[in-house]
Amino acid sequence: MRAPRPAAPLTPAVRSGPAPTATPTQRAEETAIATDPKSDRRNGIAGWAPVLLSATLFAWFCTFLPAVAEGEVLLWQLDWVPSLSVSLSFLVDGLSLTFLLLISGIGTLVMLYSDSYLRGDPQYARFALYLTSFMLSMLGLVAADNLIALFVFWELTTITSYLLIGFHNDEADSRRSALQALLVTGTGALAMMAGMILMGVAAGTFEISEIVAQGDVLREHPWYLAIMILILAGAFTKSAQVPFHFWLPNAMAAPTPVSAFLHSATMVKGGVYLLARLHPALSGTEVWLWTLTIAGAATAVFASLQAMRQTDMKQVLAYTTLMALGTLTLFLASGSAYAITAFVVFLVTHSFYKASLFLMAGCVDHGTGTRDLRVLGGLARAMPLTALAAAIAALSMAGLPPFIGFIAKELGYGGSIEAASSPLLVTGAALIANALMFTVAAVVALNPFWRRGGETPSKPHEADWQMLAGPLILAALGLAAGIFPHVLEHYAAAPIAQSLLGDAEKAKELHLWAGVNTPFLLSLATFALGLVLYFARGALRRALESTVGRLPDLDARWDDVIDGLKGFAAWQTRLLQTGKLRRYLVVIFATYAGVMAVTLAMKAAVVVELDFSDLILKQWMVVGLIVTGAAIVTVTRSRLAAIAALGTVGIGVALTFIVYSAPDVAITQLLIETLNVVLVSVALLRMPLLDPAGTHDHRPKDAVLALAVGGVVATLLLCVLAVPMDMRLTQFFEEASYPDAHGRNIVNVILVDFRAIDTFGEITVVVIAALSAYALLRTTGRRDRA
Amino acid sequence: MSWILVTPLLVPFATAIAAFLLRHRPAGAWISVAGSAAALAASIVLLTAVLQQGVVAGQMGGWPAPFGITLVADRLSAVMVVITAITGLAVALYATAEVTERMRYLGFHALFQVLLAGVTGAFLTGDIFNLYVWFEVMLISSFGLLILGGRPAQIDGGIKYVTINLISTIFFLSATGLLYGMTGSLNMADLSQLIPRVENQGLITVVAMMFMVAFGIKAAVFPLFFWLPASYHTPAFSVSAVFAGLLTKVGVYALIRVFTLIFDHDTGYTHTVLLWVACLTMVTGVLGAAAQMDFRKILSFHIISQIGYMILGLALLTPLALAGAVFYLVHHIIVKANLFLVAGVAERLTGSTALGRIGGLYTHAPLLALLFLIPAFSLAGFPPLSGFWAKYVLVKASLDIEHWIAAAVALAVGLLTIFSMTKIWGEAFWPPHPDGVEPKLSRLTRAERWRLLTPIAALATMTVIIGLFPQPFITFAEGAAAQLLDKTAYVDAVLGAQE
Repeated sequence: MRAPRPAAPLTPAVRSGPAPTATPTQRAEETAIATDPKSDRRNGIAGWAPVLLSATLFAWFCTFLPAVAEGEVLLWQLDWVPSLSVSLSFLVDGLSLTFLLLISGIGTLVMLYSDSYLRGDPQYARFALYLTSFMLSMLGLVAADNLIALFVFWELTTITSYLLIGFHNDEADSRRSALQALLVTGTGALAMMAGMILMGVAAGTFEISEIVAQGDVLREHPWYLAIMILILAGAFTKSAQVPFHFWLPNAMAAPTPVSAFLHSATMVKGGVYLLARLHPALSGTEVWLWTLTIAGAATAVFASLQAMRQTDMKQVLAYTTLMALGTLTLFLASGSAYAITAFVVFLVTHSFYKASLFLMAGCVDHGTGTRDLRVLGGLARAMPLTALAAAIAALSMAGLPPFIGFIAKELGYGGSIEAASSPLLVTGAALIANALMFTVAAVVALNPFWRRGGETPSKPHEADWQMLAGPLILAALGLAAGIFPHVLEHYAAAPIAQSLLGDAEKAKELHLWAGVNTPFLLSLATFALGLVLYFARGALRRALESTVGRLPDLDARWDDVIDGLKGFAAWQTRLLQTGKLRRYLVVIFATYAGVMAVTLAMKAAVVVELDFSDLILKQWMVVGLIVTGAAIVTVTRSRLAAIAALGTVGIGVALTFIVYSAPDVAITQLLIETLNVVLVSVALLRMPLLDPAGTHDHRPKDAVLALAVGGVVATLLLCVLAVPMDMRLTQFFEEASYPDAHGRNIVNVILVDFRAIDTFGEITVVVIAALSAYALLRTTGRRDRA
Repeated sequence: MSWILVTPLLVPFATAIAAFLLRHRPAGAWISVAGSAAALAASIVLLTAVLQQGVVAGQMGGWPAPFGITLVADRLSAVMVVITAITGLAVALYATAEVTERMRYLGFHALFQVLLAGVTGAFLTGDIFNLYVWFEVMLISSFGLLILGGRPAQIDGGIKYVTINLISTIFFLSATGLLYGMTGSLNMADLSQLIPRVENQGLITVVAMMFMVAFGIKAAVFPLFFWLPASYHTPAFSVSAVFAGLLTKVGVYALIRVFTLIFDHDTGYTHTVLLWVACLTMVTGVLGAAAQMDFRKILSFHIISQIGYMILGLALLTPLALAGAVFYLVHHIIVKANLFLVAGVAERLTGSTALGRIGGLYTHAPLLALLFLIPAFSLAGFPPLSGFWAKYVLVKASLDIEHWIAAAVALAVGLLTIFSMTKIWGEAFWPPHPDGVEPKLSRLTRAERWRLLTPIAALATMTVIIGLFPQPFITFAEGAAAQLLDKTAYVDAVLGAQE
């Protein structure tokens, strides 16, 4: 059933520091694989099948391009849970198709890359399964037209992400990061689920295509604010907006292809996708505009500053991903044509260059054994193709012409100077973030290859074709898109403008050269600032350490939250589940008495008729006997006396039956009481003597509780006795007993005929009790002898 | 009509006797498996009949209701009987590999079958006193199973279990007596007709609260759940699996039955109390789970938390909410019993259930890891598994009637459930074993693997099927809820259509 495994486990990772932000984790697990003599073992079907699958899907999605570019919307519908309005309906329009192509296209390259990157890993089949499942879930997410179906796929990406971040399951850091990502995005998802239900109820449908058609209804709805906040909670956690960003840099604990695919190019864009998808339904209000503006701008600026502080390539890239996610959110804040066009172009641009850079980082790690930017240098000679991919991708990232990044940046500035919220704030944020991206691009993609560098753990060597295909193709796409921007405009920007704004014509035209205008001047300013920052990066880092470095570290707070939760849970559980039976009984009896007393007081007319006139001396004596017996039980310290007194109570009850002419019941009661006293005496006398009082005398409190329970039950009983008794059953039994059931003793007939099944059950109880007692005696007896 | 009602009840009794007679032979265990399979067949016949004919009732001994005892099955009862039989069969098979010769000799299989009979009887009876009798049968047989083996921890748990549950049955009995005093009837359908005629409706409410406390103890709701975490981690895994699946659910069933059929006269009071009980149960239960570091103790506290969800469905009392409660019941029994079965295999492989002392299952026993992940993620409410739909229906039902607090609690508890389930995953499955043990499934013999893993795989498959194709199950639950809310079919089946 299971694949055979080589005996040698993975060499544990070498790491230099525990705190991921300040001193980035440096891993060399990939090198360990590379140098493992067994590592040439092919991954077999798990290696190529996912590549084939994703390539096929990509090709299939490509066939939709012409239709979608013409403005068609493709719909598939399949009933799933009609009574809950959940259907497996899929919709392919410009927005979905752009995502579908990115996911399956990058997926193909990542799968190809992984097969070589993790060659020989004994767990590769598992890895490929998770990665493929993730891809399919992600495709479902962006194609789903039903809110709940979308949620299902959303959660599937969360689960697969959890399993992939924790892929190095032997390492505590991986496990922590996986759990953190799961809980942060899971919290958002649960809020989002509530938001989606409210949205569906408010709109009267769960089909997204129908919901977005009634944006006005939703915006006017009293639940609008709740819906928006809850859905944003899901989107912001998934897309790692400040202050929910901290899980994403930690997610870099996953193998590099995972980081490239999930935590940069696709999954983290799921939140942004949702914002775009629901844009027509939710946007257009002040609260939407400002929430997205502030969150997006804060994320973009904060992340680009943080990126400057990192020394681990993957950490740098993770923070630049955050910056991109912030920027995308910022674009979606408004509904202007510039912003939406910029959103589309930047979305595609970022996916190209970021996936390329991540895969490049993996090549470097694989080829040198480290990702530490302080060590890396001069790799261009040994890894020329990797260097080429890095350079092209970095130029796109930096926003230089003729790369698509340049167009994206121009459009972004075009949107920001028109921003409905505050052009100054948005443009300022964009300028800072873009300039820093320029600097970071140089630091992360040029320095390792072109500057003089130190010793790397292993001798640098070029990656194989499988690992180079991805970075090179994606980087080249960034260049091609820049040179032929109308392709992107025709197939992505225009259809998406139609999805979001309702009109394909609204998409701005894409040009490399749009003349000297404000965005162009801003671009020049960006390059200038970027260059300055690059050369002053040492000073910048020091400045950042003393400012950004002192901001509260949410990742550390996370541990406090978890510890606090555990502490509270433990405290609460100690309080409730004390392990002491006495306490349990106190709580149960107090609840019983309390609930009944409150209900009696609130609900019932307490009608108690205390008429003692027909009680004669004989009856008073019986009462006296019972009361005395009960009193002795509670005060005596002698066990024997207590048992005997309890027997007295029983006899008193038997006498009551006699007084009220039920001799057969009385006889039964007497027999049981006698047997009881004998058995309990024998049992108790054989048990070790315990000091009944101990150090603490509970009896006063117990007495209060006992009186309360007794009092409430007695009051209730007296009230019930005031209700006239319906004798229907008794009459029937009297009438039917002899003629129909052929028995003169009504009680016997009830037991063995009218309600025989009760008796059958009770006989079973007796038998099973005997069997249990026998088993208990046999087992404990054996142990005693042993 | 009687025989289809009686067969699911008689088969386990007959099996118990046969298993007891063969207790000194290995065949005793297989008799239990065969009997469970027969019971499953009988229960499916019953369910089919209920689906085709509506509520099925049978007067025991031929005495007309309300004078004799009526057995009656509506959709809720029938599905509970089926799910009892499924759990019974799964655990019976698992037990063949777990129960020692000595335990078998001391009557394990007989006790087990009588427990199943008691549970089945409780689901089928239409008589409130007879329900009490079945509670007693369950209590005594479960006590026997709990202490079988006689380890001190078992005895300690057993004493807490039996003491608190005996108190519950006393509460139950006194409430039944008082109800009889006011109405002169024990037949539940009859009671539902008589209650509105009682003048002092407030007294009925007080008695209803007595039932709520009595069944609340059985169902392990806040603040009455102490017996459950005190005892469920102590006995054999087969025993805790069947307990976890069925025992508390009988309490939940009784609450649903009584608070839809009999006590629906003052829902503004009774069901509001239930609502708060539900929320507090969900929260305290899951926090209890978060505080534990033992496989079975975490699972035990989760039971409490999830009982809260079911009670929530009852408390909201809308068609969707009740359907959610029914769906949740069925989903939960399958998933919960299965998780305890997985815990048993994990303990065999790693040597313990203390999370700090085990590990390595993900690397070395990937099949078991998968079989854990399915029920665990289902329990945590991840789609597309059964637990997602259960949670979704209840949250939607809360939001539909704008009950924000209930929805918020249900969702927040869902998150904490994820947290505590991933704790098991993050401690027992992902990290390496602290002692370097390689917990491979090949450490079990072939026969053991087959007998232990087949039931787990079967239950996991059901979880996946319910998750992927929930519609038939939801339709069924909606039908069950409709029967609970409109009592006429039930009452007519029991008392005849004359009234």
